[in-house]
Amino acid sequence: MKKISFILFAVSMALVTAFDKNRVQQAVIKLPAGFSMHLFAEDLGTARHIAVTPQGNVYVKLGKLTDGNGIVMLQDGNKDGKAEKKTSFGNFAGTGIAVKGNYLFTSSDSEVFRYTLDAKGVVTNQDNPERIVTGLVNKRQHASKSITLDNKGNIYVNIGAPSNACQEVDRTKGSKGIMPCPILDSAGGIWQFNSAKLNQSYSEGKRYVTGIRNIVGLDWNTETDQLYVMQHGRDMLFQLYPEYFDAKQSAELPSEVMFAFKQGDDGGWPYIYYDHIQKKKILAPEFGGDGKKTGGEKAVDPVVAFPGHMGPNGLLFYKGNMFPERYRNGAFVAFHGSWNRAPEKQKGYFVAFVPFKNGKPAGEWEIFADGFAGIESIDAPGQARHRPCGLAEGPDGALYVTDDVKGYVYKITYAK
Amino acid sequence: MLRPGCNCVMVKSRSFVFIILALCTSSIALAQSIADKGKEVYDQNCLACHQVDGSGVPMLTPSLVNAEYVQGDKVRLINVVLKGLKGVEIGGEMYDNPMPPLVHLSDEDIASVLTYVRSNFNNMAGPIKKEEVASARKAAN
Repeated sequence: MKKISFILFAVSMALVTAFDKNRVQQAVIKLPAGFSMHLFAEDLGTARHIAVTPQGNVYVKLGKLTDGNGIVMLQDGNKDGKAEKKTSFGNFAGTGIAVKGNYLFTSSDSEVFRYTLDAKGVVTNQDNPERIVTGLVNKRQHASKSITLDNKGNIYVNIGAPSNACQEVDRTKGSKGIMPCPILDSAGGIWQFNSAKLNQSYSEGKRYVTGIRNIVGLDWNTETDQLYVMQHGRDMLFQLYPEYFDAKQSAELPSEVMFAFKQGDDGGWPYIYYDHIQKKKILAPEFGGDGKKTGGEKAVDPVVAFPGHMGPNGLLFYKGNMFPERYRNGAFVAFHGSWNRAPEKQKGYFVAFVPFKNGKPAGEWEIFADGFAGIESIDAPGQARHRPCGLAEGPDGALYVTDDVKGYVYKITYAK
Repeated sequence: MLRPGCNCVMVKSRSFVFIILALCTSSIALAQSIADKGKEVYDQNCLACHQVDGSGVPMLTPSLVNAEYVQGDKVRLINVVLKGLKGVEIGGEMYDNPMPPLVHLSDEDIASVLTYVRSNFNNMAGPIKKEEVASARKAAN
C-alpha cells in the first residue's frame, strides 16, 4: 500500500462544514492542499449517482424512495456551496442518472427513463417521463442499472450478472461453474440502446460488451470517445476455495479493475479474474483454476487494477479547468468501501484519482479524498458513517460526491 | 454463553454442593466447547457476509445483532441455514445478496453455529440441539 501514501501535495485537513446531528464527532475528510469541501446537501437518503446540468442544477438518484420520491433536484442560487432549494419527484428508486442535451436520463433496476429539461435545466415533466428501455433483468443481486451516454445518441446500460461466479448454486462451496455461463445472454455486460427511442427491450438493444460481473461506476470518456468502466470483482475466494487461497489473499484478490472498452470486447467474467500482484489474468477456481493457472486469452486486459473488494461505485473523467492541470482528463473513482475483506480490515471508503494522458494512465493511482468512514480502522461496513457512491462535475469544474449512508452531497472545489 | 439451569444456593450439604458444582462446571465447559465450535463454524462459513461483529452489510446482508429472525422460531432459523434465503423482507428491509444453502454442514456444526449466534451479537436465545437440526433436515427432504 506504499502507493497510497504517495503524496504530491501536502495533505490538508478540510473540516466538513457540518456534522451528523446525532453524533458528537465531526467527519473529517482529508484532501490535497488547495482543495476545500462544502456540504452541498445532507440527509437525502440513499444518494446514489448524481448529474449536474450546464446551468448548475444538481440531480441525485436515490436507491430507496424518500417520502415516495426517487429523484432530488438541488439548486444553489446564491452560489455559497450549499443547496438552498430541494425538489423531489419520480416514483421509482434506482442508481443511474445522467444529463445529455436537453434530457435527464435515469434508471430503476429494470427500466430507463427520460425527462425533458427546459432552458434553465429544470425538469418539465416530473410526473410523466418517457420510458426509453424496459424489461431488463432484475434479480436483486447486482440489479442497479448504471448509465452513460456517448455523443452519437447512444445510451449504455450496465446489466450486472445476478451471480458471484456463475456457479450452479450461487456462492456455494463445492458448486461448479456453468460452462458456458448462460447468464451472459441477458446480463453480465453493457447494452447499447438508442437514447431517443421509446420502449426498447433487449431485442432492440445491442450487447456492446460482455464478460463483466457487475459495474456501478462507468463514464464515456469524451477525450478518447470510449467507454470506461470499473468492475466489482468476484467475492469469496477463500470461503469457497480454502485449498487455494488464505484469508489475506482473498481480501486482496481479485483486483477491482478499470476497463477501456471497444464494441465487442469481453471482460472475461466468470471464467477468469485479474490478479494485480501476479499481473495476470487467472483462471477462476469454479472453472478449473487454482490461483496460478492463467486464462482468458480473448479477454481484454484492464487499464488500472486496484486492490480487491473496495467497491468502485463512481467513475468520472475530469474535463474542467478549476482543478490543477494534472487532473484534466484524469479519472476519479469513488470507492464505496469493502465488506468482502473480512476477517481482514475493510478498505476503500475514499475517492481515488488516476492521472491520464491520451486515454492511458500516466501514473499510479492515489487517494484524493479520504476519511468518509469517520473511523480509522473499519471491521465491518456498517461502522462507516459515510460511503462515497456517485461522482459528477459541475459547470464550474467543481467535483460532487454523494454518500448513500446519510445522503450527503459533498462539493469539492479548488482555489490557488 | 449458555448456563443450563442449576441452583446451587439452596443446597446445604457440603459434599452435595461439591457434586453440584462439579456438574455445573462440566456443563459450562460443555457449553463453552459448543460455543467455541460454533465460532469456528461461523468464522469459516458466515463471517464473510455477516461480518466479524454480526452487523451484516448495509443493503446486501442482514444484521444478526439482536435479531428477531435469530432469536425467534428455531425451525425457521435452522431452515435458513439448510435452504439459504433470498428475496425475503427482514426487519422491514430487503437485502440484495442471496444466502447460499449450507446443507453440507453437519447437524452438529449447524447446532453449534446457531447456538453461538443465538447467544452472541446481543442475542439472548437458548441453544439449538443437533437433534433439532436433524429433524428439520428430515422434514425438509
